Amino acid sequence: MNVPKLSVQIRDLELHFGEVKVLQGLNLDIGEGEFLVLLGSSGCGKSTLLNCIAGLLDITDGQIFIKGENVTWKEPSERGIGMVFQSYALYPQMTVEGNLSFGLKNARVARDEIKRRVARAAAVLQIEPLLKRKPGALSGGQRQRVAIGRALVRDVDVFLFDEPLSNLDAKLRADLRVELKRLHQQLKNTMIYVTHDQVEAMTLADRIAIMKGGKIMQLGTPDEIYNRPQNRYVADFIGSPSMNFLEGNLENSEFSAGALKLPMKDYPFLNGGASNGETTIGIRPEHVITGELVGRATVQASVRVNLVEPMGSDTLVHADLGGDQIKIRMDGHSKVRSGDDLAIGIDSRRASLFDKKTEMRL
Amino acid sequence: MTDTSPLSAGTAAMTGPRGAKPKTRLSRRNIFLYGTLLLISVYYLLPLYVMVVTSLKGMPEIRMGNIFSPPVEVTFQPWVKAWSEACTGINCDGLSRGFGNSVRILIPSVALSITIASINGYALANWRFKGSEVFFTILIIGAFIPYQTMLYPIVILLREIGLMGSVWGLVLVHTVFGMPILTLLFRNYFTSMPEELFKAARVDGAGFWGIYFRIMLPMSLPIFVVAMILQVTGIWNDFLFGVIYTKPATYPMTVQLNNIVNSVQGVKEYNVNMAATLLTSLVPLVIYFVSGKLFVRGIAAGAVKG
Repeated sequence: MNVPKLSVQIRDLELHFGEVKVLQGLNLDIGEGEFLVLLGSSGCGKSTLLNCIAGLLDITDGQIFIKGENVTWKEPSERGIGMVFQSYALYPQMTVEGNLSFGLKNARVARDEIKRRVARAAAVLQIEPLLKRKPGALSGGQRQRVAIGRALVRDVDVFLFDEPLSNLDAKLRADLRVELKRLHQQLKNTMIYVTHDQVEAMTLADRIAIMKGGKIMQLGTPDEIYNRPQNRYVADFIGSPSMNFLEGNLENSEFSAGALKLPMKDYPFLNGGASNGETTIGIRPEHVITGELVGRATVQASVRVNLVEPMGSDTLVHADLGGDQIKIRMDGHSKVRSGDDLAIGIDSRRASLFDKKTEMRL
Repeated sequence: MTDTSPLSAGTAAMTGPRGAKPKTRLSRRNIFLYGTLLLISVYYLLPLYVMVVTSLKGMPEIRMGNIFSPPVEVTFQPWVKAWSEACTGINCDGLSRGFGNSVRILIPSVALSITIASINGYALANWRFKGSEVFFTILIIGAFIPYQTMLYPIVILLREIGLMGSVWGLVLVHTVFGMPILTLLFRNYFTSMPEELFKAARVDGAGFWGIYFRIMLPMSLPIFVVAMILQVTGIWNDFLFGVIYTKPATYPMTVQLNNIVNSVQGVKEYNVNMAATLLTSLVPLVIYFVSGKLFVRGIAAGAVKG
């Protein structure tokens, strides 16, 4: 990791609800100023982990450090964190100003200082005209901005976001996403962001932690996660439409599935190419080569198209490759129709190989 | 539907019905519906009518026997007598004494039980502690135990702490007996509030009381109104606890009403009895009318969620 100082450290974190182990042996180091996204489907423990960092859930075992200080037994308000929730969680009976200053009043901050900080947060988030209004009179986007402001006024090092954009409509979500990224560039705080939306994760994150069943499946930059998934779960989870998987055999650096033979000489094997045996190959729909470039691909094949989904910018083609269904992403102008035969090419360097048993990357 | 002139490029499809469908007010369905409602309300209002007209008649008129006829000569004497002159035992100062006692029982009982139950409910909903579920279960079981089994033990208890026969003894009993159902009420209400609001307040550094007073209380007017209606009507209408745990000087209004209406000496003064009954039921009635509005407003205010 190239981030010099650590902001949040999690050591051997365990959280059990009775017999159920929600989080097990979890270790995570988050650098100062880093934007870390916890990504996973619902029930994977990502929000639970965030609540543990915030101190809203009592952990069963392990330690949590924030800025080098052990905060494992500290109250949420003493941890130097600010949190933004999915449902905004604004206090409905208070004005926006009251919402922003509530935490500062509890911390007995001087009145002038409260005024200064509220004004600054309002300026950063452009909510000055709303200060005297109550949350009920705000739109969803404005409410979420106030909720971010509530974390901002606390002058903390670590921001925790619990699916902050999930309640907004698609357009607003895209706008606020950009604003959040800009805010991070401006403030340079550490941000931990929980989401199940992979677009949010890919666009916002410095690093993404993909979680499943209370464990981190892979921790890496968006590029690593997308191009070099460590296991089949991550490969399948990231990318929309999802990756094509073909079952086959790997022998002497050649992958074969039925009639398809793929020389994997150029593939960056993790162990130098010593793997043999039952293997799954994963190829992203957008990495299947079509059109004029097919001739230059390592391997060429012909597929029978059986369904075409035009999506405007792209066209998603479902085709039959020697009995296996594969998805191919072509550009929006493509004139392919169902029933056509289509020439495709596969580049072995952009594919991913997984051991069939362990489902780990080879 | 007044415009019947053919359209310039008129076809059959364009001259048909257009706009809002006309409503027939006197449809068979409406007649049936409102007829039934009217009939039922007359049926329910009839006893009240009989009580009001009887309380405004003099005794000679009542003896003529037609209970539905309106009073020939309206007199308020029965009301005055019921309020300030009717005798129960040796006291002849009417229901006014019972009214005073009932108010002195009602106000502290309602305030105390709602205060404690709301804090209980808040703690059980938001601050789960070890054994809180067991505690809650025990409390709920309390709501299902018949009162009769506890009557005598409470007599002993009140005697031991020296509150037997006093207004405060009855206040204590009402507070304790209100606890299960009120705690359940408040717990469920606070549980239904968004959990993230509570979490946000904790991150903002508010403690147990800070969250209760500054976040939860302002949002829970509706449930307080509901609890108040429950407690006021329940405690005001209580007869059993009143007759057992107080003495004649501290009898609540209901017990005194019973003593007036059920006295076997002399002539039965129906007009006084009716007036006394109406007087006694006035407080719950007023509460329903006043808080009904508050209730609706409270719900509307609570609808604005964060």
